[in-house]
Amino acid sequence: MSENTTITLEVARYRPGVDERPTMQLYEVPLRDDWVVLDALNYIKDEVDGTLSYRWSCRMGVCGSCGMMVNGVPKLTCSAFLRDLAPGPIRVEALQHFPIERDLVTVLDDFIDKLESVTPWIVRDEPEPPPEDGEYKQTPAELATFKQYSMCINCMLCYSACPVYGQEPEFIGPAALALAQRYNLDSRDEGNDLRAMVIGSQNGVWDCTFVNECSEVCPKHVDPAGAIQQLKLVSAVEWFENLPGVPSRRKK
Amino acid sequence: MTVRKPYYERPSSTWWLKRWPYRFFMLREISSVFIAGYGVLLVVLAMQVYRGPSHLADYVNFLDSPVMFVVHAVVLVFALLHTITFFNLTPKAMVVRIGEKKLSAVMMVTPIYVAWLVVSALVALLFLL
Amino acid sequence: MVETISHDVVVVGGGGAGLRAVIAMAEARPDLDIAMVSKVYPMRSHTVSAEGGAAAVIKDNDSFEDHIHDTITGSDWMADQDAVETFVREAPNEMIRLEHWGCPWNREPDGSVAVRPFGGMKIERTWYAADKTGFHMLHTLFQTSLKLAQVTRYDEWFGTSLLVENGRCQGVTAIELRTGQVRAILAKAVIVTTGGAGRIFPFTTNAAIKTGDGMAMAYRAGVPLKDMEFVQYHPTGLPGTGILITEAARAEGGILVNSEGDRYLRHYDLGDPIDVDDPRHPQLRTMELGPRDKLSQCFMREEEKGHVFEGEHGTYVHLDVRHLGEAQIEAKIPFVRELALNYVGIDPVHEPIPVRPVVHYMMGGIDTDIEAATELPGLYAAGECACVSINGANRLGSNSLTELLVFGRRAGESATRWAEEHPEIDTAALERQAQAEQERIATNFINKLDGTERIATIRRELNETLEAGAGVFRTEESLQASVDKVAELKERAKNVGLDDHSLSFNTELTAALELEFMLDAAEAVAGAALARRESRGAHQRSDHPDRDDEQYLKHSLSYRTDDRPRIEQRDVVITNWPPAERTYGPGT
Repeated sequence: MSENTTITLEVARYRPGVDERPTMQLYEVPLRDDWVVLDALNYIKDEVDGTLSYRWSCRMGVCGSCGMMVNGVPKLTCSAFLRDLAPGPIRVEALQHFPIERDLVTVLDDFIDKLESVTPWIVRDEPEPPPEDGEYKQTPAELATFKQYSMCINCMLCYSACPVYGQEPEFIGPAALALAQRYNLDSRDEGNDLRAMVIGSQNGVWDCTFVNECSEVCPKHVDPAGAIQQLKLVSAVEWFENLPGVPSRRKK
Repeated sequence: MTVRKPYYERPSSTWWLKRWPYRFFMLREISSVFIAGYGVLLVVLAMQVYRGPSHLADYVNFLDSPVMFVVHAVVLVFALLHTITFFNLTPKAMVVRIGEKKLSAVMMVTPIYVAWLVVSALVALLFLL
Repeated sequence: MVETISHDVVVVGGGGAGLRAVIAMAEARPDLDIAMVSKVYPMRSHTVSAEGGAAAVIKDNDSFEDHIHDTITGSDWMADQDAVETFVREAPNEMIRLEHWGCPWNREPDGSVAVRPFGGMKIERTWYAADKTGFHMLHTLFQTSLKLAQVTRYDEWFGTSLLVENGRCQGVTAIELRTGQVRAILAKAVIVTTGGAGRIFPFTTNAAIKTGDGMAMAYRAGVPLKDMEFVQYHPTGLPGTGILITEAARAEGGILVNSEGDRYLRHYDLGDPIDVDDPRHPQLRTMELGPRDKLSQCFMREEEKGHVFEGEHGTYVHLDVRHLGEAQIEAKIPFVRELALNYVGIDPVHEPIPVRPVVHYMMGGIDTDIEAATELPGLYAAGECACVSINGANRLGSNSLTELLVFGRRAGESATRWAEEHPEIDTAALERQAQAEQERIATNFINKLDGTERIATIRRELNETLEAGAGVFRTEESLQASVDKVAELKERAKNVGLDDHSLSFNTELTAALELEFMLDAAEAVAGAALARRESRGAHQRSDHPDRDDEQYLKHSLSYRTDDRPRIEQRDVVITNWPPAERTYGPGT
């Protein structure tokens, strides 16, 4: 690819106290064959306009920092290649459904709260045994049960893709519920009861209408939509089991 | 002293127009309205059967019109959409494992389609007999 | 007036070491009021990118002696042996605790934790979670820390300086990024866990945030940086981006092949190549499972001979894992496949991966003892930003993730003890210092309108001079040039001008502050490398190619001055492993 070709980026800007609402600013960047959108943003910041603010870190799709709307679709900008988006223009905006702090930087407070609300740690009835007793045993099959749901990098693309979260921000959301399922399915965890209230609450799984876009945009193939539907089944079965007189045979 | 002023705008109610996956989702959801509507037609049919042959004949006459044919065609399309999307999403809700491996979506969904076709064939046979 | 907040202990840096320290403190004293400051949300910390695994003795065929011996020889005898002994002995319990907290370690069929071979280790002892070990460790630690009510997190607060009064470290100043306000967090003890400084080099596996912040803050507070000359090049990074291709690919049996189709490592005293289908392959401490410093040096020698491929982003060789087959690749190194596909368009199942050495880890850092204490009372450090030293002149792969746990915990416990014994804080004096820091940032950056230098220009020149002068092979001339250039860049950096003078999430301001930190780290790296006139581990002098235990079996200590750093020495602690020749190959 010739070094002389360029591509246009339309980047959303927002300066609190100066702008009433986000506006688009155009930048011309080199169209390099192996550049991703993040490279283009770095070029803009380094050479053209240092006032552009955005988050990034690992540039290899594992830290979850660089999620943005690219042509209206939530993407990790470190994995969105310019060559796939050519000839452009490429529209880059802050992840939708979140308040915008500045330019391409969103406010994550709600997301962090949602993560914390699902008791995302190992819960055991007994106190933690001393390490001298060795590790909890877990077979490869038991690990396989929850492994997929542990792959979430907290990039929040799923929250941007979810129209329910867009309309009803009280919804706990795909990543948090997938994280709940990760712990529920972990054979070492005994906290399913603790999580049941939050999962089965009005803002839990029952807000989900199975649009499935969360799973479509997830860069790590966590499949939060699948986790939520499974949780719905479990939640429904539990409701029946909680009726007086019905015996329960589920894992705690 | 900086005062923060995060910008937040709730998405408009036409959010679903913006991308094809959302539009498709809406079609899928709307399909249930058509199926429910068809349910009404079936309930009325049952009522007319109960009331007797002349009522049934009137109702059949009512159904035997170009407009109702189009209605039925539309309902059939939505019913197919509803059924196929429902079947295809089933493996998501139910995970079947054999040892460490998960049963693939295709393997889970194929028996459902086969059963659907078999049942449909049986019902069609009943009508032809 | 700068707003001040008081806590018992403040941790700067929210990665593996910082989170482990926080958990340790909450357990040691549940009523301790703990603050954690991080310039990114904790799950973004660079720990997340680590792939291969974490080492600890757990299997019956292994012993502490073996792990200690591997680590000391790997370090080319630069590691303090008492520290290594402590580290190795405490490692298994730390790893088991992490398992208890939910880390999804790969398992044997009987349910016990699985281990894999790793570079420089005689016996398999590297625990792993597929090839995303750091990711799983970080998320396990972060999620476990969420249940601790006594921890106040200051996410996206950018630490700018340590507050020192009466000879004690009593807090930090930090910019709350979303408001741009400088704040002071006062505490009885401070723990720095800010990671390394790989971004001073142009090609690195490191994330953008690895800019040596904590190292520089300690350095400016008068604490020496130890062994900064020892910079590890990981042998297998992707050309151009520098993205890491884990050592685990070689542990599973991957081989390195040059442009002649030759498994070239066999020419460099690393043993003989065994056929890949031989059940004995890969052989530990041999060939592709040799230590990282040697493997990177072999590449450079092959490059000199012209036996490397030429590409758009420089030269490279091939890492071939095709013989493993798709099933094993998907089971053991799926992330490698994903990265190769995404970033170089190669499917490792069908084609070899282009790789070359890239900067990966800094063995050197803030001088600490085994208790994670620095010589500044009240200041502790752990993780990559610290140098105990257990890694010496070259770190073995999979020792650093374990190091986060062992020394993160030690730092937490030490800081807790100090905080209990020193409850007084010199609040008024600290407030004045914080005020001065706010004025410095305002004057030098936010309100400075006559700046002439661009951040990216200075950063680029810094990268270039370090790669040229302080790379894998160094000479007196190349290092002197780097030392001089870094000094020049430090002067020029005083004239940096920002485009962004606003206060709302100003990432150009943070880039400028990071540049200053990087220059401090770089001056220590170049200065210490110039002073070490021998070759040892990752520090190779073409003009002094041999190891010189008589003069240089000593740590370097770089102290900041108004001019070039002052370099002092301190003896390496030798206990039961007297210096010997460092050999690899079968039977070593």
